[in-house]
Amino acid sequence: MARLLRATVRKMQTGWVIAGRRYVIILVVAIAAYAAVLLLAGKDPIKAYVDTFSFTLGSSYGFSEVLVRMIPLLLTAVAVALPSRLGLINVGGEGQLYMGAWLATWGAITFTSLPQAAFVPLLIVLGFLGGGAWASVAGFFRARGLVNETITTLLMNYIAPLIIGFFVYGSWRSREIGASAFPQSPAFPSAARLPQFFGTRVHLGLVLALVALALYWFVVERTKWGLKMRAIGGNPEAARRVGIRLGIYMVTVMFVAGGIAGLAGMAEVSALFGRLRAGFSPGYGFVGFLISWLTNGSPLGILVMSFVLAIVFSGGSLLQITQGVPFAAINVLMAIILLVVLARPRLAWVPSRRRP
Amino acid sequence: MPSSQNLTTETGVPRAGTDLPLVEMRGITKRFPNVLANDSVDLNLFPGEVHALLGENGAGKSTLMKILYGFYSSDGGTIKLDGREVQIGSPLDARKLQIGMVFQTFTLIPAMTVAENIALYLSDLPFAFDTRHVAEQIAEFSDQYHLDVDARCPIRDLAIGDQQKVEVLKLLLGNARILIFDEATRVLAPHEIDALFGIFKRLKEDGYAIVFITHKMREVLACADRITVMKRGRVAGTLERGRATEQTLIRLMFGDSVPEGIRPCDTDRPIAGSPLLELRGVSTRSKGFGIRLVDIDLKIHGGEIVGVAGVSGNGQRELGDVILGLLPCAYGKRLLDGIDATSWSPGRIRGHGVGFVPEDPLGMAAVPWMTVAQNAALGDVETYARRGGFSLDWERVERDLEASFEAFSLEPLPPAIQMRTLSGGQLQRAILARELGRRPKLLVALYPTRGLDVHSAIAARRVLSELREAGGGVLLISEDLDELCGLSDRLLVLHAGKIVGSFLPHEIDLHRIGHLMTGSGEEDG
Repeated sequence: MARLLRATVRKMQTGWVIAGRRYVIILVVAIAAYAAVLLLAGKDPIKAYVDTFSFTLGSSYGFSEVLVRMIPLLLTAVAVALPSRLGLINVGGEGQLYMGAWLATWGAITFTSLPQAAFVPLLIVLGFLGGGAWASVAGFFRARGLVNETITTLLMNYIAPLIIGFFVYGSWRSREIGASAFPQSPAFPSAARLPQFFGTRVHLGLVLALVALALYWFVVERTKWGLKMRAIGGNPEAARRVGIRLGIYMVTVMFVAGGIAGLAGMAEVSALFGRLRAGFSPGYGFVGFLISWLTNGSPLGILVMSFVLAIVFSGGSLLQITQGVPFAAINVLMAIILLVVLARPRLAWVPSRRRP
Repeated sequence: MPSSQNLTTETGVPRAGTDLPLVEMRGITKRFPNVLANDSVDLNLFPGEVHALLGENGAGKSTLMKILYGFYSSDGGTIKLDGREVQIGSPLDARKLQIGMVFQTFTLIPAMTVAENIALYLSDLPFAFDTRHVAEQIAEFSDQYHLDVDARCPIRDLAIGDQQKVEVLKLLLGNARILIFDEATRVLAPHEIDALFGIFKRLKEDGYAIVFITHKMREVLACADRITVMKRGRVAGTLERGRATEQTLIRLMFGDSVPEGIRPCDTDRPIAGSPLLELRGVSTRSKGFGIRLVDIDLKIHGGEIVGVAGVSGNGQRELGDVILGLLPCAYGKRLLDGIDATSWSPGRIRGHGVGFVPEDPLGMAAVPWMTVAQNAALGDVETYARRGGFSLDWERVERDLEASFEAFSLEPLPPAIQMRTLSGGQLQRAILARELGRRPKLLVALYPTRGLDVHSAIAARRVLSELREAGGGVLLISEDLDELCGLSDRLLVLHAGKIVGSFLPHEIDLHRIGHLMTGSGEEDG
């Protein structure tokens, strides 16, 4: 046991060094490439970066906003990392996030008279169920060997926002004066708002995200279910032969993963907007995928990279104001990061325990 | 190695017809990470000879020939062809120099005809080609060397032995003078092997040089003119056929550490009680490229090894899968200890004391990225789960693993090492220790020694016979007839998804089994 432990610790240490170097290389290359894009657009990249860092990390307000941005990134990253342990590629974090928000909104505008102590757990359950049910469709089709989950989750991303649209343009459309000009639901009752802390916009979602991340690590690394999951991911044929029921694991894990992404959507609408809006997510689900892919599902890596990309996100809205760079320019940076990750796997090679 | 030197008669041997070697390989060295595969190897090939390369797995035979065929580049040494030094950088170079190779797994396209497959191989095809022209050439060579195949027949309809003939034709039409056969007999039935050796004979009369890589002594003595024995990357000795005996070859292959064989089983053991496993009229549906099992009746009792012979791809894998519950029975019943287990899940069957040893442990039984201990725990997760599954008792996993290695006198492996870093023999040891550590009542072993070196193979066979001594039942599916005959208390023959023969040890007739295996019936056997 001691031997195993020591070997594990040693493995982890070298793992940290390699992983750390990997993140740094990727970020440096991506930031340099993005600077080139800014230069081409006639902006000053150095000023842009200085602005970004001073506004996000230089003030407690900026910092709290980074944390707010980090919540959905953390949750959607876990939603991708968990199925990846089974060798499942969940590209559907975005859709699952929307469906979590959708079901939570239904609860919030239906049971308007509940007290907050009952409302918050209800919203958590509904958010989880909404995302989970959405994702388990993909899990089911995969378990039956019908359709690959990458395809289904990806395509269902396009359906979920349309469902939200159907409701917020239709029966759920707010009738309040002023608010009815936008496609959005009525305001949530104040009891249906997730509590916020320290007078900032940082909300209960952060706790949920950190708990989800810790549980993810614990279940995968320590429990018998985690062992079986890693076996399925590592060699499904061998897993089947030692009597593991792959189908049940696939559906369950997709359900839980979708549920976690659903929590992100629920937290966004409940804590930040207090309403369901069409297209409220600026692609958090996709960035979560990026983070999970980038970090190979390592829990600490997810924490660090979510924080870094949250800075990028906050910086995006900032640059829009200070330099007139459109927010969509963030997508350019994200795409560059993804390209760097995919293009230089050898440069940043890390022993991976899952199949791509 | 002093014992080998006095046996070496490499230099100055007059050859029939010519004194000049066709190929001279000198000081060939090839290093792979962690292993010296070839250590300054010398080899001469003369026209008109069958030269056998004999040695254990990993002795460097295939590596040497792949260097000659341009597959690998050597780290040192020279190759001369007709006395002229040549650089062989790729298989294409080799083919231009009239060197051809037949691989262990054939490189034919099943859906295409013989002529199309051969045409595909020929480099000087015109833009618009006529397969009739190729077919004529095929007919010519077929007549000359008795390689009778129908040029218009799709490969998938040919028996394995005929597919090999196509591989040979391919090389002949491609003008090869030097033909390399890598473990060519592995997939062949006994009468097909005899036919292949007949082809060798006619080819060498016409001056072709043939290299025949194998680890089977009997075949070497049956077909070779000269025999080079390799051991750990070096030449242990080269012998003329006339001076080679089984004893001298074994000495060269193993030095003084000749591995001990298995004690033959006492055949007249009374079999008592209900069978551990019974398949009653089981048929399956075909799945993908797999074959359909038809009306299989099979009983395995405690204390016996039931062998299954057959050419791979005739339902072996499906038979194992049906017993393990991985493939549903479309018709018929599966009984374990007399209990109807037809609808049981693989997990439940495993829980009932059924273990398995697969042909490819890394692909089918182990998770490469996990450690030996983690893979061992995977074999029986529920036993090692603590606190309702929230933690696992790793100390007990390691203890059990150690005990299992010891109980079956297998050389232990460090538990914290990753599975993918192990060699084939080590992998099989880890899986054997895991599966046998559970004390299975029934073990399904599919090609348990395929790809193992002689020592590991003998250890695996010994473990199977020990399980039998302890009262366990074993289904041994193998393509090695020697292994099957040495271990089985009953030998079944599987062909096209059906059991076509059943033999007790004293009834075994290799040629009859060979014909049954290939479906050629008994009329010509």
